[in-house]
Amino acid sequence: MTAHVETRAISKRFGGVQALRDVDLEIERGAIHALVGENGAGKSTLGKILAGVHKPDEGELWVEGSRVAYRSPRDALRDGITIITQEPTVVPHRSVQENVFLGVERGAAGMLDERRTARRFAALVEETGIELPGRRLARTLRVADQQKVEILRAIARDAKLFVMDEPTSALTTDEAERLFEVIRRLRDGGATVVYVSHFLPEVLRLADAVTVLRDGRLVRTAPTKDETPERLVSAMLGRSLDLAFPPKVPAPKDAPVVLSVRGLSRPPAVQDVSFDIRAGEIVGLAGLIGSGRSEVARAIFGADRPIAGVIEVDGRPVSPRSPRAAIRRGIAMLPEDRKRQGLLMLRSVVDNVTLPHLEDVSAVGVLSTRIERTRTSELIASLDVRAKSNDAPVNTLSGGNQQKVLFAKWLFRRPRVLIADEPTRGVDVGAKRAIYELIESLAAEGIAVLLISSEHEEVLGLAHRVLVMRGGRIVAEFDEQTMSENAVLHAAFATTGERVA
Amino acid sequence: MTATTEASSGGPAARFARRIDLAVIRDYGVVVAFVALFITLSLASNVFFTWSNMKNLAFQTAPVGIIAVGGTLVFIGGGFDLSVGAISGFAGIMAAKIFIGTGIGLWGSLILGALVGLGFGLGNGLLITLGRVNAFIATLATSIIINGLGQVVTSGNLVSVSANRFSTLGLGTAWGINYPVFVWFGFAGACGFLLSRTTFGRYVYAAGGNPEAARLSGVRVNVVRAITFCISGLAAGIAGVILVSEVQTAQWNANTGIEFDAITAIVLGGTSLLGGEGAIWRSVLGAFFLQMIGNGFNLLGTTPELQYVIKGLILAGAVSLDAWARRRRA
Repeated sequence: MTAHVETRAISKRFGGVQALRDVDLEIERGAIHALVGENGAGKSTLGKILAGVHKPDEGELWVEGSRVAYRSPRDALRDGITIITQEPTVVPHRSVQENVFLGVERGAAGMLDERRTARRFAALVEETGIELPGRRLARTLRVADQQKVEILRAIARDAKLFVMDEPTSALTTDEAERLFEVIRRLRDGGATVVYVSHFLPEVLRLADAVTVLRDGRLVRTAPTKDETPERLVSAMLGRSLDLAFPPKVPAPKDAPVVLSVRGLSRPPAVQDVSFDIRAGEIVGLAGLIGSGRSEVARAIFGADRPIAGVIEVDGRPVSPRSPRAAIRRGIAMLPEDRKRQGLLMLRSVVDNVTLPHLEDVSAVGVLSTRIERTRTSELIASLDVRAKSNDAPVNTLSGGNQQKVLFAKWLFRRPRVLIADEPTRGVDVGAKRAIYELIESLAAEGIAVLLISSEHEEVLGLAHRVLVMRGGRIVAEFDEQTMSENAVLHAAFATTGERVA
Repeated sequence: MTATTEASSGGPAARFARRIDLAVIRDYGVVVAFVALFITLSLASNVFFTWSNMKNLAFQTAPVGIIAVGGTLVFIGGGFDLSVGAISGFAGIMAAKIFIGTGIGLWGSLILGALVGLGFGLGNGLLITLGRVNAFIATLATSIIINGLGQVVTSGNLVSVSANRFSTLGLGTAWGINYPVFVWFGFAGACGFLLSRTTFGRYVYAAGGNPEAARLSGVRVNVVRAITFCISGLAAGIAGVILVSEVQTAQWNANTGIEFDAITAIVLGGTSLLGGEGAIWRSVLGAFFLQMIGNGFNLLGTTPELQYVIKGLILAGAVSLDAWARRRRA
């Protein structure tokens, strides 16, 4: 029996990042096949290639014994392959049944026959056992039910292979259970399900086979009955590292506490988070995507208002009302998405660097462009930013240089606390190293650094202390002696078996 | 390091665009078009390039030009102001009524009239920022309200000012040039300085270009946006009192449609509807360009109605060019 889908030596690059290399994978028909791996291991990318969302750079994709080259999800759907994501795409103001038959309506001369649609819908519900109120408006459904709408929609188009990308991440435990029922039913009806997830316990309960990816490579594929959480985690470990980290210079134990956070809450993303950072200390915040890391950063910075908690800088309380208030108290934050949250892409390097500090380069509101330029040039030179000129719009710079511009922006006035959220995302290896050294040197100056990264080895390589988050809480803390990738991953993945709602 | 646009995929349209950089055309198109039209009209008509026609052209453009200057700030800050026509009409009514009904004199009444515009601008700003109403809808609503108020205070009638002194601002001259031209250039200079040389100007670009990044940089985006609407309202107020002073009569619907001329001028100048980009000089040139089309039609004696068709086509072309240029950069 041939595999339902097969990939042969598939590779995919995104800019400077190699997302997949030489992946050979066979997925059996009528099975639930899980793809697992760390953040950035390439599991989502692989799922999206199967469903025609991304095109592989190299390699071949074979479906039901013939070679295919999908240019869009539409092409894949023609072969019965569809993708269900964590954020369903339903037309909110139309009914469930209209959504299900969207684009495949049957009616005379473009006229919709609601009774006929209802009959078709009822038949589909009976056939699949997926219960949904056909006449409800899609927007009134919960996310879990919207996903069911998507599944039914795919079945109405004769889908036979469902790629599910982290489908439970927005669901409660109860809703997830019901989704598992649906998935099992799909399999029992002969469909194939590719299940992308980082919730290991649920993968082990649900899947028939598991493939582990690490750093874009396929580590192994095995029947689920041969796997355990511990075995899976250790397969994910040991990412190949071409990165060297600068030597750590731990802060003295008696250094004063600069940032103190107590009982910070903004449910559901942040729940009762407390920690301190001393002068010169780099504290890493690790955890899976969606564990609440960035949300903690944003709450401290005043970007999202927390509902409870006390934040102090140098022993004086900061009211986290707005980023403006936080900046005034010496907190700086490099946001995780530099294009959307960090930079004005069409404005110059100078404009971007001085934006939070215009009061320092102006008198009664009038800018002194001379001072502004000189100070920016010094900073840009010291950070080794490669730009045609400081008047060039930042969208003409490479990712690494853009990130350095973001650093320059927050170092213009030396902060007391620097929060760096994904400081090396989308940055090439050379620039990564430069950014690591920069972070290390800033800490050495006595700045308290909170480092957030999805790449756990980055956190381990730089931080003096690591806090691990899961489900909005800090669930583990490791110091220089106890930190290891193994320990961090086990804490992040909750391999004790509990599922985070 | 070259622009990221080069990474974009092929195709005939992209290849063509690579040869003629659309962004450059968009950025300097108004200059090219202005110069081309200017030369054409100078050659086609011996009246066009004369001192008196030039003066006249500037004088006729001034009210729209002033509104376009204020509107440019709103556009760059990421907003949109449809209420400037109604505001200018109401400001004119107030100036005339205050002049007739009180003893505060000519300049006092004109200034108060203009400040009424500022007040409405503040109302727009608060509605859009605190009220979270979409700028287009908010200013459409205030425009309806203000037109209604204008009818209420005038009972729908014309307000005439008999004292000829009232036309000093509109018709008075210095060195042969009408005062409104000085007001326009002065206002444009002040706004241009504000935009390019002050902290406020930087905040306007930031608020329009990337509001989230601006907020995370400590910019009070709402305050900045509200101020741009105040300035736009003030501009409409100034234009309103100039127009009412020229004709010595005020009517609630006297300036209906002027907001569209101003928006056309801004867009032709190359200031983006999407915010974060643009400049005052562009809108000044755009307003001149627009007026020149009408002026040219008059001088050349062609069917004057056709000018609207031409203006509309040029506007559609300019916006389309902007969209193309942006997509290539995305």
